[in-house]
Amino acid sequence: MKFGILISEGPYTHQATDSAYHFVKAALEAGHEVPRVFFYHDGVNVATSLSVPPQDERNIQQQWSALAKDHGVDLVVCIAAAQRRGMLDENEAKRQGKTAHNIAEGFRISGLGQLIEMGIETDRLMTFGD
Amino acid sequence: MEDDVKKFLYVNRKAPYGTIYALESLEVVLIGAAFDQDVSLAFLDDGVFQLTKSQDTADIGVKNFSPTFRALGDYEVTKLYVEKESLEERGLTADDLQEIVWEDEDDDYEEKPSIRIVSRAEMADVMADQDVILSF
Repeated sequence: MKFGILISEGPYTHQATDSAYHFVKAALEAGHEVPRVFFYHDGVNVATSLSVPPQDERNIQQQWSALAKDHGVDLVVCIAAAQRRGMLDENEAKRQGKTAHNIAEGFRISGLGQLIEMGIETDRLMTFGD
Repeated sequence: MEDDVKKFLYVNRKAPYGTIYALESLEVVLIGAAFDQDVSLAFLDDGVFQLTKSQDTADIGVKNFSPTFRALGDYEVTKLYVEKESLEERGLTADDLQEIVWEDEDDDYEEKPSIRIVSRAEMADVMADQDVILSF
């Protein structure tokens, strides 16, 4: 089965992103496909390259980046939600005249159309949030 | 219906202000309208407050986005299901909601109401009939 994943809560504050991570890992291990994960609302904060959790805790961003690298999962961060929350890639930072950018490896910024497209092209769309 | 058209339902359960879910849900609906899918919206729990008329957000310093709901007809989003029990539990009636209409081009552009008040049981049927449900 082909799963699309929507994450709508932020990291550490809420378990949604952890549950989604465990679900995606289990689904891939079971032979299912997860072509894309879409990060929306505070979920966009998962993609920051600047989070430094204590060493004895999981690093949520690194977990996802590894998943993208190892399994080719497309990690898409909603541009409108990201810009509100100070999440910019290099191009957007330049375009907006900002001095820094913070989108971690394996994530990319794109539009809400990618969420709709994921709903159209997958068999099931799973939402992890409240 | 074409094979590549799916039924999308956007479920709105939260009050319009206080959290950003309602506003960002509406942003998905507006972008999603460009994909020519079969779109419905559902309003239940505190989500029914999103459609109330005469919203005034001046004192809380955030944008009043409620007029945008009246533009949904232009995006061919014409099915707004509102749960009757959720209205009643909050002391609201259909009269407390904005008038939202769409123009039926197959019927001499007659304006028709977009809001459909349904019971909880009917809402369950609406949900069961969907391909993709996005809950905000």
